[in-house]
Amino acid sequence: MTDEPTIPQPGDALARTPLHALHRALGARMGAFAGHDMPIQYPAGIVAEHLWTRQSAGLFDVSHMGQAFLLGPSHEATARALEALCPVDALGLAPGRQRYSQFLAEDGGILDDFMVARSPEPDEDGLLALVVNAANKVADFALLRARLPAGVSLLETPGRALLALQGPKAADVLARLDPAAADMPFMSARALTLAGARVNATRSGYTGEDGYELSVAAGRADALARALLAAPEAKPAGLGARDSLRLEAGLPLHGHDIDATTTPVEAGLAWSIGKRRRAEGGYPGAEVVTRRLAESPARRLVGLKLDGRQPARDGAEVAAADGKTVGRVTSGGFGPSVDGAIALAYVEAAHAAPGEALAAIVRGKPLPARVVALPFVPHRYFRGGK
Amino acid sequence: MTVRYSRDHEWVRIEGDLAVVGITDYAQKSLGDIVFVELPAAGKAIEAGTEAAVVESVKAASEVFSPVSGVVVAVNEALAAEPAKINDDPAGAGWILKMKLSDRAQFDALMDEAAYAAFLKTL
Repeated sequence: MTDEPTIPQPGDALARTPLHALHRALGARMGAFAGHDMPIQYPAGIVAEHLWTRQSAGLFDVSHMGQAFLLGPSHEATARALEALCPVDALGLAPGRQRYSQFLAEDGGILDDFMVARSPEPDEDGLLALVVNAANKVADFALLRARLPAGVSLLETPGRALLALQGPKAADVLARLDPAAADMPFMSARALTLAGARVNATRSGYTGEDGYELSVAAGRADALARALLAAPEAKPAGLGARDSLRLEAGLPLHGHDIDATTTPVEAGLAWSIGKRRRAEGGYPGAEVVTRRLAESPARRLVGLKLDGRQPARDGAEVAAADGKTVGRVTSGGFGPSVDGAIALAYVEAAHAAPGEALAAIVRGKPLPARVVALPFVPHRYFRGGK
Repeated sequence: MTVRYSRDHEWVRIEGDLAVVGITDYAQKSLGDIVFVELPAAGKAIEAGTEAAVVESVKAASEVFSPVSGVVVAVNEALAAEPAKINDDPAGAGWILKMKLSDRAQFDALMDEAAYAAFLKTL
């Protein structure tokens, strides 16, 4: 999901998250990101933070992302309002469950991708919690305000911080603070009490690992982060590691791998459009998406594993064995867990099958690469049991 | 003093009749973990101020501009397997290339250690 580092204009003040002072105290290198002054990395460095998250638990500040509630008189009313704007099956969302979806334009292009969770509390029926990308939050919320029907309203919650604790030890860390954290299945939501703070937790994230996203009042965020970092399993991780982790997990980044020129079908996100929504339509871009689902798309977002360590970055052309350009890299870099260069690229369908030998062109030189099935690193989500 | 520094954060050290080029500690710190180094071929002539190598960190690619003109006589082959040597020891085992200088005056015109330290304070 997240977004492009932004270049601040003279006079623009970068927004600070409630954890800004903590980042400085931890020695973070800060950088501008979607108008926010965010930790790119801590002294350990991106590779160490990445690997620690895969083996233990990384704590990320993602408070720059947009958080809001949709409030309506009943779940059905709120769900129908959201369904009018995106292909999610919100009606079928059970209490305490979370789903992934995209806001689409009339031509099926992806305006943003986001998470939506239904409150588990019976007395909060009609409340959906949204988390959208930082770079798109202003546009997303404007779209919602303009299009929501009477009776359903948008409540932005800029006063809340969002922390992500990600990695195989995340559950151990949280369960010591609130045992209820342990049993939450992947893509579920519930309230937890962590270090004295009431937290809206979801079991999800952007790393491919088991983990949680924790929405908390700004005034409680610093104490919560310090309590989490007091656990020996948890260490801070910055946006640099977040990007390399999500790339290895094959998770698209809006503004790179998905944008207004790509539909969910060619982006490999058709799984997020349920049966009922496919059949009924009724969301922006439904005609195009339905047509694309029936055809096979002309190009597809694929994983590329390069033979060596040299990264091919966003914008690099992808060539077939005969030298013809057949695609373009949309995200690329070095995967610390893969221990090699990896990329996401749109490639003509004829060249998109796993095993296809291609090359990424970097500074005029073809780097041999192979199409591989995504993700690069297997997802390790918690599906229950143990 | 036989080590000089450029405003682009490269260092040049004179060893006999050769100049050894690398990037400074400041440069490696701002790049972060280095995962790949694209090295020039031995025998390549490089003009001062042009690209001599490319250092890739997890986040981005960054050109190394040669502060001096000359002909490449050796590159640090060990960086192929262990590019992080640049992070660990930028002024030593993380050297990038050795050149035969074509104009010693270019070297003399670079910053000495004190001048580079003062320059860093302005950043």
